[in-house]
Amino acid sequence: MNKDILICGVGGQGTVLASKIIAAAAMDEGSPVHSAETIGMAQRGGSVTSHVRIGPDAASPLIPFGGADLLLAFEPAEAVRNLRYLRKGGTAVVNTSPVRPVTESLKSSGYDGREMVAYLREKCPCIFVDGDAVCRPLGSAKFLNIVLLGAAAGAGLLGISTETVMERIARQVPPRFLEANRAAFLAGLEIGGANRP
Amino acid sequence: MGNGAIALGALAAGVNLVAGYPGTPSSEIIETVSRYPHEGIHLEWSVNEKAALEVAAAAAYSGARAMVTMKQMGLNVASDALMSLAYIGVKGGLVVVSADDPGPISSQTEQDTRRFADFCRIPVFDPASPEEAYAMIQDAFAFSEKYATPVLFRPTTRVCHAYASVEVPDAFAPRPFEGFVRDPGKWVIFPRLSHAAHGRMEARNLEIGGDFSDYRFNTVSGTSGRAVVASGVSYAYVREYLKDRPDVRLIRVATPFPFPEAFMLRALEGVREVLCLEELSPFLEEKILQLAGRRGLDLRVAGKLDGTVPHNGENSVELSARILRGFLGGGPESGELDTSDAPPLPVRPPVLCAGCPHRASFYAVKQAMKGRKAFFCGDIGCYTLGNAMPLDMVDTCLCMGAGITMAQGLNHMNPDAVSFAFVGDSTFFASGMTGVVNAVYNEADMILCVLDNSTTAMTGHQPHPGTGRNMMGNIVEKVDIAKILEGIGVRRVETVNPLELDHAVRVIRDCAEEKGVKAVIFKSPCVALTRPSAKCAVDPGKCISCRKCIREIGCPALITDQGRVVIDANLCTGCGLCGQICPVGAIGGGNHE
Repeated sequence: MNKDILICGVGGQGTVLASKIIAAAAMDEGSPVHSAETIGMAQRGGSVTSHVRIGPDAASPLIPFGGADLLLAFEPAEAVRNLRYLRKGGTAVVNTSPVRPVTESLKSSGYDGREMVAYLREKCPCIFVDGDAVCRPLGSAKFLNIVLLGAAAGAGLLGISTETVMERIARQVPPRFLEANRAAFLAGLEIGGANRP
Repeated sequence: MGNGAIALGALAAGVNLVAGYPGTPSSEIIETVSRYPHEGIHLEWSVNEKAALEVAAAAAYSGARAMVTMKQMGLNVASDALMSLAYIGVKGGLVVVSADDPGPISSQTEQDTRRFADFCRIPVFDPASPEEAYAMIQDAFAFSEKYATPVLFRPTTRVCHAYASVEVPDAFAPRPFEGFVRDPGKWVIFPRLSHAAHGRMEARNLEIGGDFSDYRFNTVSGTSGRAVVASGVSYAYVREYLKDRPDVRLIRVATPFPFPEAFMLRALEGVREVLCLEELSPFLEEKILQLAGRRGLDLRVAGKLDGTVPHNGENSVELSARILRGFLGGGPESGELDTSDAPPLPVRPPVLCAGCPHRASFYAVKQAMKGRKAFFCGDIGCYTLGNAMPLDMVDTCLCMGAGITMAQGLNHMNPDAVSFAFVGDSTFFASGMTGVVNAVYNEADMILCVLDNSTTAMTGHQPHPGTGRNMMGNIVEKVDIAKILEGIGVRRVETVNPLELDHAVRVIRDCAEEKGVKAVIFKSPCVALTRPSAKCAVDPGKCISCRKCIREIGCPALITDQGRVVIDANLCTGCGLCGQICPVGAIGGGNHE
């Protein structure tokens, strides 16, 4: 089975690790995977995307517009920016907590992500995750990537078993953060499970 | 990762020496080699690309297999060595990996390494995927040895940073080699030798073009009279689209130079129209036009030169699909959602990280020069981002090391202004030192600001001569920037902590009063390498919402929430700079309380 997943967010949010975990977990289940990352200057607070293509049909590492089965968005405006990648009928898993760029703070134009969330709600099936609220008891916003992975897995959108994903997380994160990451994944699973599209 | 595949391919080829200088998108090649067992292999981050190539050339003279890695602009730095090396040739295989960056995504230029191959008259390989990169780098070593020539290997960003599964052997072993054999008639370049070598190279290139005509990665599929020629990752994009169009002939060239003429003539048999889809320059397009002219082929060639394909930017599946639809007259449209009614999106220019010491350094200089005419020459690294508002502290940025020599030039033509040069520690070692010698020797009045964060941050924190670690895993003597500057004869060398704002400002003001070349080393480690010891917080009882902190330094951790300034504890590193700026002392915590 082929599955195209577009991950988007802001540099520093941990999108690359999420993409690596999905890719490695899919390979653990025997699927061929192609993926592509944004690395370099854009990582300093810019918009970043990772393309993960699972299955034998992908010729290119980049997903075409209208091709993604799942949009895993770490930030609401980034979800809107990359919505063209989602196929009609595809689902978006979106963190509703905004990342405000410095330029916005200078202008005080008041970007808070709400307008983006309302727009997304109209456009496609969405699972919204209040990242700040979910991460607060976990002790750090750094767990957002694992929470969102959990939400996508809980809603059955990754095409990979939750056990495989959890095993992969355990192998990719430092041991001292394993328990916190497990809690993050479970918190995400719960949200995803309760909001299956 | 494609870069990992290149590294593993080189290991599988028995490489004996790997050297390079970091540069996106090439940096992970050397890092991958270092993560695999590499006993018996010399591995180094060289001081710059030219040094890397020269080290590798001597290894290849010794019969060893050597690989050099860099980004495409690094090849400009190494070109002096490469051009001559093309005439001299090699004994052991020498592969120069120069990663191109269409877009450009993280580069200053959209130059094309294939042009360099043509210019230097040496072969170049152009992989389309990580899987191919793994196989082709091994072929590149074999060709290099077969024809005794350095070989270029040119992946692009989308190959370097793409991931795929690659089967590799359980263990690697460097190949045995003979060692250097003295032969001045062979290894010492002279005009007479170059004259003879030039003739031999051209004859040899015809031979390689013939060899490449049977190369396994130069392929043709389909039999239509309409053909698409593609190379690199564009070949993958075209295949992605042509899944539904088997009626098109798809020609793929993996060895652009020496051009595989016999292969192309066979591939174009019965073709009346050809579309060239490639990134950066119209390289294959020009080669095909030359071929058509020389052979009198009745062929319409579409591509960059007739405006069918844009000259700039990277290709994508969408762009390729749109161009193919135009060329083929219709075809499936993509089923994307209509997002033309989306709300306006916030722009996200890259910025210095929260707590980055470069922000404090720039701010200190800005404060010290308030009310004075001053120019600020930037350089290549994270600190190029000092150009962003509200810092606005980069007036020029050209290429590695240029900030120092440009500050000198500005000083000679604008003696009424204070000229500053900003350079990072790694860039200082790469190509800053000669500029300082030049400025001292030619009596410039300028202030050199070395932003020393003890790493090569932008490309992923590689060590350099000032860090005391090398890629052989050894702890080595740190090369001391202050001592270098003193040795060169810089009149005054100060080292300050940029996070002690008042002191830093005072030192800069003092330096500006003196003639000659002065240097201020701003020493504070990269925040990505240190763990925050404490975080700052705004006391809402004291804050008067003047927003001076946001307006002055633009730290990403300073945000407004319902009109009030708050500090995002997830981002704050506790550097304390904002606390030193707050006029009412409302910001506490951090390292400076």
